[in-house]
Amino acid sequence: MKSQVNRIECANLWKIFGPNPRRIIDDWGRYSKYNKTELMQRTGCVVGVKDVSFTVSAGEIFVIMGLSGSGKSTLLRCINRLHEPTRGKVFIDGEDITSLPKKTLRELRRKKIGMVFQHFALLPHRKVIDNVAYGLEIQGIDKKTRHSMALEVLELVGLKGWEHQYPHELSGGMQQRVGLARALAPNPEILLMDEAFSALDPLIRRQMQDEFIKLLKVVKKTIVFVTHDLHEALRIATRIAIMKGGSIDQIGTPAEIVLHPKTKYVAEFVQDLPRAKFVTAQDIMEPPSKWAVSANQTTEEIACKMDNENLWYAYVVDENRRIRGVIDYRTVVDGNGHLDPNNIMKDFPQERQHTFLEKLIKRAAKTSIPIAVTDENLRLLGVVSRECLLDALIS
Amino acid sequence: MGELTFPVRIPLGRWAETLIMWVTDNFESTFDGITKTVNVILVKIDAFFNWVPWPIMIAAVVGIAWLVSGKKTALFSAVSLFLLGAFGLWSEGMSTIALVTTSVFISVLFGLPLGILAAKSDRFDAVLRPILDGMQTIPSFVYLIPAIMLFGIGNVPGVMATVIFSLPPMVRLTNLGIRQVDAEVVEAGLAFGSTPWQLLLKIQLPLALPAIMTGVNQTVMMALSMVVVAAMIGAGGLGYKILYSIQRVNLAVGLESGLGILFIAMILDRILQGVTKKQQKVIFRE
Repeated sequence: MKSQVNRIECANLWKIFGPNPRRIIDDWGRYSKYNKTELMQRTGCVVGVKDVSFTVSAGEIFVIMGLSGSGKSTLLRCINRLHEPTRGKVFIDGEDITSLPKKTLRELRRKKIGMVFQHFALLPHRKVIDNVAYGLEIQGIDKKTRHSMALEVLELVGLKGWEHQYPHELSGGMQQRVGLARALAPNPEILLMDEAFSALDPLIRRQMQDEFIKLLKVVKKTIVFVTHDLHEALRIATRIAIMKGGSIDQIGTPAEIVLHPKTKYVAEFVQDLPRAKFVTAQDIMEPPSKWAVSANQTTEEIACKMDNENLWYAYVVDENRRIRGVIDYRTVVDGNGHLDPNNIMKDFPQERQHTFLEKLIKRAAKTSIPIAVTDENLRLLGVVSRECLLDALIS
Repeated sequence: MGELTFPVRIPLGRWAETLIMWVTDNFESTFDGITKTVNVILVKIDAFFNWVPWPIMIAAVVGIAWLVSGKKTALFSAVSLFLLGAFGLWSEGMSTIALVTTSVFISVLFGLPLGILAAKSDRFDAVLRPILDGMQTIPSFVYLIPAIMLFGIGNVPGVMATVIFSLPPMVRLTNLGIRQVDAEVVEAGLAFGSTPWQLLLKIQLPLALPAIMTGVNQTVMMALSMVVVAAMIGAGGLGYKILYSIQRVNLAVGLESGLGILFIAMILDRILQGVTKKQQKVIFRE
């Protein structure tokens, strides 16, 4: 099972730029009615992040999505205190870092939190290897050790052989690999990624996203990833927070965001999305309790259940919920007493829980039997019927 | 018509005079110490430049010019330095270079840290800015007087007056250079846990180097433009020759010495520009 350690927690976080920012929060009831321009004119302050709370578990890819000016980059920078939060707390592994003295904060940044930047932010006067080794260098690690560590990371991001080039000699995609390698070199547990792939060409961007996801299977990290690109968010996220005007509108898995948008804003965002590409079987499947019957039940009991649930087919499972086969309603009502093993069909469509809607539709087009969603041991996790598929497409 | 008179007369000049007198009386030993130190540096540099035989000096300058700036500058340096000697102004030329070198050395010594401080603190920058404006716009003759009062007559007050005039570009361009460093790169430095010193030495100063070198170049040019003024309070070299030619209305000496300063200025400028361009190539690959 996935460990549910809260690696990062933000609690009622505010960031307001300008003079005397705390008075705005203290008197929010009065100031909240002004829009951005009015607030700026009256107080000289701009609200960056507005009372945001969320937690990120270990190993998650938490994507903060929003348009420019929504406060997403500001929020990200509050996590390693590149921006000092005006109010609220940030916990890293349970430790409140908002009150850490400078020296401890530096240690935290050196050891625990890496960061990748939109425009790469490489040091143009240093070779690739010395860029990657920068985080190690400032920790006082000797040249030989840090270079060998940097080489390892460079190999990991597919830049072996480029270590003695200068950043400008590399393409954008390669430069961002250097940026990624630099962030990975001190082996931090957390990576903050600020629009990391946004400056790249669309094709390179997709390729980097894929490679990044692959890379994360090798190096386990907790990621907070900021982007303005909803497709990117849906591709890589385990959970997405949608930001608007400094606060979070909704937090949820990609499928939750797409299938059940909580606000009008989120709904508008997701309405034109090709859902087939990121809704998965587990998001739409119906529970086994509806679809499963036991071989020990009498045909009358089974027929009665199928009538109640309005089923044409049912899955026969053993006591461990492993699938033995599928039965047709007609053979059940024709039967007398006990299920005839010959009537249990062994040929039925099955898919894993992470199969995308796109593939499920193709599968459903070829068979009238609802698709069984199973785990690796052929245990029934749920069932995707045609009704489910249609619901998912129109809802 | 009745003549309108001002109701008050503020004797600011007298106050300033009193202040400088007070400083001279009470900090005599301090200023004597400064005078001596600067003099020692100046004399040593002067002696060195005058000690090197001219063919070797020309060869060295041409070599450097070739390396950092290319064939044209090398050729120009060779011809103009030879002409300087042929005008009978070699020794004066070397003294002028020594004076300029000393002034620039002191300007960089103070200008660099001041520029760094100004880049790090907006408040310090706001205080410093009008002072720098003043140093550059008040006619240099005006601060020759306190320079004499504090440092006496000779090369040292000349150097000091020159420093005052040539310090501002050093401070300004250091400040500008550091402030111009890409904000994201600075953020990256901080995000990986750099200390303020690490950030300065490993990121900000290297990336500000082209701007800082432009500052050094401007400082050199300002210092050269001060040599005649400095000569008025006893500094030697080509500046003194020009001052002499003005006093005697001697066109011949004036022309030759003037060209001498022009040659030195152009050689130094081309070489320093060459260095700046080289750095820009290394840092920004332009």
